[in-house]
Amino acid sequence: MTYDPNYETVIGLEVHAQMVTRSKIFCGCSTTFGAEPNQQVCPVCAAFPGVLPVLNSELVSMAIKTGLAIQGSIRTRSEFARKNYFYPDLPAGYQISQFELPIIEHGQLHIVTDDGVRKRIGITRIHMEVDAGKSVHEGIQGASWIDLNRTGTPLLEIVSEPDLRSAQEAGEYLKKLRSILRYLQVCDGNMEEGSFRCDANVSVRKLGQTAFGTRTELKNLNSIRNVMRAIEYEAERQIDSLESGGRIVQETRLWDANQNTSRPMRGKEEAHDYRYFPEPDLPPLVIAQERIDTIARQLPELPDAKAERYRNDLGLSEYDAGVLTSSREMAMFFEETVSRGAQPKAAANWISVELLGRLNRGGMEIEQSKVTPEQLGRLLALMQNNEISGKMAKQIFDIMFESGGDPDTIVQEHGFKQVSDTAAIAAIVDQVLADNPLQVQQYREGKTKVMGFLVGQIMKATQGKANPASVNAILQEKLSG
Amino acid sequence: MDPTQLSLVQAHAWLSSRQISARELTAAFLERIDRLNPRINAYITVDREGAMAAAQRADDRFRNGTATPLTGIPIGVKDLFCTENLTTTCGSKMLARFRPPYESTVTRKLKEAGAVILGKTNMDEFAMGSSNETSFFGPVRNPWDTERIPGGSSGGSAAALAARMAMATIGSDTGGSIRQPAALTGLTGLKPTYGRISRFGMIAFASSLDQAGPMTWTAEDAAIMLRVLAGHDPKDSTSIQAEVPDYVNTLVNRLDGLRIGIPEEYFPDSLDRETRHALEEAQQVLRDLGASMVSVSLPHTRYAIPTYYIIAPAEASSNLARYDGIRFGYRCEDPKDLKDLYTRTRSEGFGAEVKRRIMLGTYVLSSGYYDAYYRKAQKVRRLIARDFQDVYTGVDLLLTPTTPGTAFPLGEKKDDPVAMYLSDIFTINVNLAGLPGLSLPCGRDHQGLPIGMQLIAPVLKEERLLAAAHAFQSATPWHQRKPEL
Ligand SMILES: [Zn+2]
Repeated sequence: MTYDPNYETVIGLEVHAQMVTRSKIFCGCSTTFGAEPNQQVCPVCAAFPGVLPVLNSELVSMAIKTGLAIQGSIRTRSEFARKNYFYPDLPAGYQISQFELPIIEHGQLHIVTDDGVRKRIGITRIHMEVDAGKSVHEGIQGASWIDLNRTGTPLLEIVSEPDLRSAQEAGEYLKKLRSILRYLQVCDGNMEEGSFRCDANVSVRKLGQTAFGTRTELKNLNSIRNVMRAIEYEAERQIDSLESGGRIVQETRLWDANQNTSRPMRGKEEAHDYRYFPEPDLPPLVIAQERIDTIARQLPELPDAKAERYRNDLGLSEYDAGVLTSSREMAMFFEETVSRGAQPKAAANWISVELLGRLNRGGMEIEQSKVTPEQLGRLLALMQNNEISGKMAKQIFDIMFESGGDPDTIVQEHGFKQVSDTAAIAAIVDQVLADNPLQVQQYREGKTKVMGFLVGQIMKATQGKANPASVNAILQEKLSG
Repeated sequence: MDPTQLSLVQAHAWLSSRQISARELTAAFLERIDRLNPRINAYITVDREGAMAAAQRADDRFRNGTATPLTGIPIGVKDLFCTENLTTTCGSKMLARFRPPYESTVTRKLKEAGAVILGKTNMDEFAMGSSNETSFFGPVRNPWDTERIPGGSSGGSAAALAARMAMATIGSDTGGSIRQPAALTGLTGLKPTYGRISRFGMIAFASSLDQAGPMTWTAEDAAIMLRVLAGHDPKDSTSIQAEVPDYVNTLVNRLDGLRIGIPEEYFPDSLDRETRHALEEAQQVLRDLGASMVSVSLPHTRYAIPTYYIIAPAEASSNLARYDGIRFGYRCEDPKDLKDLYTRTRSEGFGAEVKRRIMLGTYVLSSGYYDAYYRKAQKVRRLIARDFQDVYTGVDLLLTPTTPGTAFPLGEKKDDPVAMYLSDIFTINVNLAGLPGLSLPCGRDHQGLPIGMQLIAPVLKEERLLAAAHAFQSATPWHQRKPEL
């Protein structure tokens, strides 16, 4: 299979994001991940006879937040609906979802494509719904285990427009969406634990063709990398099929990450008529405009706005601003570092080069850094105040990164104090000049390049502790004197 | 006087003055149940121990001064209200051994008021039926003529009360299930405004129509019961947030100035002649009490049955999906796979009428049919509700027959579902419009069987229904007639 430049791929993504509410969507059960099976279950989420759902108001606030963050329109009157199907981990035999009147519509977010272009991706709708439980088929003969702990966990289903044109764009969209949800602190975005799940609708068409091709839906994509690989595979599969005279069948396909391939789900697994109808146990959800306004006022600064501010107000490069706003944690790290007295550009540079470089080599996230922003801020402040040199700062940072610790203590313990005492430096300069008459001669004849050699000698004599700016100034003065 | 013949109000006076203890009263009812229930089959479960323990606590409350008007009153509860650790069957094999780990709001409120729950009354399976013949636990017999049906689906609650095997009962009404059996057994049956009483713990048939309500001998007793049962419940998002009036204080003996609408559509040519006659006499009584009669029209009345038989089964088909043999209730023997488990559990656990309605409901919601059936029915439902709103600009209450005729013989309509469905023709629109309706006895036919009339009020105007019914009962003897057993 090869990439065919005559075709374009059209992708729409459906994301299911678990909301981090304290309790489930319609009952008081806890939503903590990893409890013993069936320990977070009550008659309501287990759908016993006669029980009724009561909507979690925290979830509504989270949905409104998310809607505002993607510039969507928030329906002041939305409606719940039942999606009916039988499955053992769906206790009621229906999923309470939203169908005709979702809470959020017409949103968007922006990604940066491979060629550096900013691209708008439409978000058709976001609706609230309830998660199902889990069926476990391993470890028991001729039967299955049902764990209802997850049943009733609140989800937002976020449906994009078919605006994505490549696996890379899909990846960027997911990263941006996940980052927004994390900024809002409504979803932990953990794809492996299933709190951020994605299905992809993929079709291909000849370049220039306006009608969409027949699409397939890809499921079982449990990382952004898998989403991208599955889309690439699927686009190639469809192109090959069309080029060899075949046609695409609308179907749902399961991605197999181990085999790097997908297979169609059996007809029975997908042939559902969900018989949607308005949920009679919940009145339409009416949201007061004041509630939306209040939430809007409390909305945190989001990645795009932050990046813009970093560029315009702090003078950061487009690249640094992008890196530092890619996650809420990163941005918080940066801002905290700056608040401790570091210059923004220096802080940006140190975080994106020194810190992230080391973290990436160790396969770690910024939350796992032993260096705290307070410490980095202090380190950079020491450097800015000429108490340590840049070289020392890197050595100190190495120690901080490996073993943790506060820069002042490390400076003390390892004797990293920079010599800024003019008299002391002047004495060393005099000594070095006396030891190197030839170079002094050359300098005075106009070969100013020897300056570097002399500085090196002085730094060597001070074991690198002399303040380079002072050294330069004193040396200049002595040489021209 | 036999204490089982007292009204609730009279019994409270006896209990307050220590003329009788709650234990004696409860024991008298339990004895009567032992004697009559084998003939009537009104109770599925009798909770002797629970009732006697509750009676003991009631006596304590009379001693320590914390008694309420319901303290020590022996009550029968329709078997679709979940009662903690007391079997709740919903009239079905599916739940024949189901013991809920939680209490319905209705029974919790009764218990908190000190009422004595005697047991759980028979009903059509999942409240689907108008004759109480679809119960897995056998048909209930009408105490006025044991070869006849008592109505349904709250047939057990009606028969238990008519046979004086309870002092009051609780029913539920989705399309007439309180009012129709009340009419056929000579009782006062109140279906409050949709959402007036919490549905929490009441096993759902059709969620947008279901409403609990009291069945009593008198409107005054109903007022006492409603006072306790009504009110918003945080566990039921569809329950109404509104003050609960003191329904007893608003009872009156005169109806001066009251305008009662007589909707022409409720008096068709096919109406039973004796029922028509009883309603005409009732109108005269009401005029004598000071009310005026106004002819009105509810033009969408004739769409009631088709609209109801789309919406109710649609909701039921979804509500009953949870009975899958996995977490509670009946499960078939040795299922060979998941599909077999579902198919046999549900085929064996549900009766024919329930299956018929699940199929109807599944069909009307299915892809390609939704717009033609369910969506259209919702539109008609709004038109029906608007009919009532329009009419209430000119009248305070409506008066109609409750049923097209008196109690029919067992088995007569069992195999003719459409004929059976038509027996709710006068009650269904009240549910579709979410209004309060009350049936009370207003005469008898040539066989001595009770005839009922229905009063319908605007939303949340239960006190108007109860006041009119009380005034009528102050002037007529019908509610005092008792079947001979
Ligand atoms: Zn729960």
